[in-house]
Amino acid sequence: MDGRPPHAIEVHALEKSYAGDVRALDGVSFAVEAGSIFGLLGPNGAGKSTTVKILTTLSRPDAGTAQVAGRDVLRSPGEVRRAIGVVAQKSGWDREATGRENLVLQGQLHGMGTRAARARAGELLARFGLADAADRVARTYSGGMARRLDVAIGLVHRPAVLFLDEPTTGLDPEVRADMWDEIARLSREEGITILLTTHYLEEADRLAARLAILERGRVVAEGTPEGLKGELRGDAVHVELAEPGDGEVEAALSTLAGVRDVKVDQRTLHARADHGASAVPAVLAALEGHGIRVASVTVARPSLDDVYLRHAGRTFAEAER
Amino acid sequence: MTTVAHSWYMTIRHIRNLLRQPIWVFITLVQPLIWLLLYGALFKRVVEIPGFGGGSYLDFLTPGIVVMSALFSSGWSGMALLDDLDRGVLDRFLVSPASRVSLISGRLVQGALIVIVQSLILVVLALVAGADLAGGPVGVLVLIAASILLGWAFGSLSNGLALLVRREETLIAAVNLVILPLTFLSTVFMQRALTPGWIQDVARVNPVDWAVTAGREALAREVDSGVVLGHLGLLLAFALLCTWFASRAFRAYQRSV
Repeated sequence: MDGRPPHAIEVHALEKSYAGDVRALDGVSFAVEAGSIFGLLGPNGAGKSTTVKILTTLSRPDAGTAQVAGRDVLRSPGEVRRAIGVVAQKSGWDREATGRENLVLQGQLHGMGTRAARARAGELLARFGLADAADRVARTYSGGMARRLDVAIGLVHRPAVLFLDEPTTGLDPEVRADMWDEIARLSREEGITILLTTHYLEEADRLAARLAILERGRVVAEGTPEGLKGELRGDAVHVELAEPGDGEVEAALSTLAGVRDVKVDQRTLHARADHGASAVPAVLAALEGHGIRVASVTVARPSLDDVYLRHAGRTFAEAER
Repeated sequence: MTTVAHSWYMTIRHIRNLLRQPIWVFITLVQPLIWLLLYGALFKRVVEIPGFGGGSYLDFLTPGIVVMSALFSSGWSGMALLDDLDRGVLDRFLVSPASRVSLISGRLVQGALIVIVQSLILVVLALVAGADLAGGPVGVLVLIAASILLGWAFGSLSNGLALLVRREETLIAAVNLVILPLTFLSTVFMQRALTPGWIQDVARVNPVDWAVTAGREALAREVDSGVVLGHLGLLLAFALLCTWFASRAFRAYQRSV
């Protein structure tokens, strides 16, 4: 043994196409260290949910292999299902059942005795702040409560690996922040391996120890958030243009020394510069020289948005449209 | 063992969810009574038509309405599955160790329980209204068994179809298209000899008619057990075929995810 923790998830060259020739996954590979939070980041349609469906045995890949908690998802789906908890994008709870009934049923399906399932349900309801609503029909829950119930259902059988497929999509910012704390706590205090998919750059940045950026069914970058940002030399320069720009704007800046990776997305211009502060005057001068009016300029350390732009060749906002 | 336990958990879940909709419960229990009283009154005098064979129309109609109620309640079984499918409940069970069989069988067991309750209420009401069910308790048991088999078959068809079409509108249209004609293309309301020849031909291969025939024969004064067992056998074979269809549809759904 070389002392490194084993991988809780290993994914190798997954491919999956759907009817109608939609290529959802085009050779996805990554590995997740046991006990860590791993983020799969990408815009809608990048292949995040398809990856989760395959890893949770819901769907079969056309090619490639995947191990979850040491078991092959194709050869031992039953064992994988016992080892994983899943919080899918679509809430999977039963609307007409109470929070408690949902949890007890899930425990029973995982082979817990009714008494043990009841005890565990009570524990989780208290822990997720649902004790008061425990015996209310889940249909009456607010968005945040419903999401917490989802996570509780995923944890009933104390899984080794938890899948969270876009856990905060559609939640209010405040509720989202609470959910982030909860996810971080799960990883920190219980050592559960968490695979989190998200299309919020901030979420991946904040929670994931490592992340992979998915773009059109491929992993275009993988590493720690800091490492990925560190790979980008220099600063990010963002210029808000007074009117939408085009290739002409990119051409205007491409000749400047110390400025590179120029990309215009409608009224936003992204560029990278070795020294952001000293590049700004030259950039503004070049734009003015081409008669392009500028609304604002910011210089910042690289963000995941810049990482995405660099590897995917388009801005995240553009990919989401 | 797991399959049995999980089917039971699912059955409890379905029944509990239904009981939370008291209006649904009320309609499910009262509708068959309305049919029995309404059709019983409307067609009361058809027994006087030469060739019907006389007797009381209520005696004749009771097994028909029991079977018809089983057909109608089971035909809609797939609607609840569609709801689970749309809300991600089905997928949640699929990524858990839940027995795959239980995802359908729980619904069918629930359907069978509804059939039993509906049938017993109908039989009691018929007796109160003066029906003479000569076959006695054994006859009633046979009638309920035939209704359960028919309900099992159409419940399987409805669930299988739900998994294939995955749209409520389509399922509603398909169920409506099938169940009323199947009821009228049988001897639910009318003596076989008085129906047109082509309906008699269709009825021979209509599972609804098999169930009515088995149940009505079992309640007759002189029971031909060959007729009863033969039709129960046909119903069992049909129910197995429908179960096979539902399991194929289930696999098709899993492949498409």
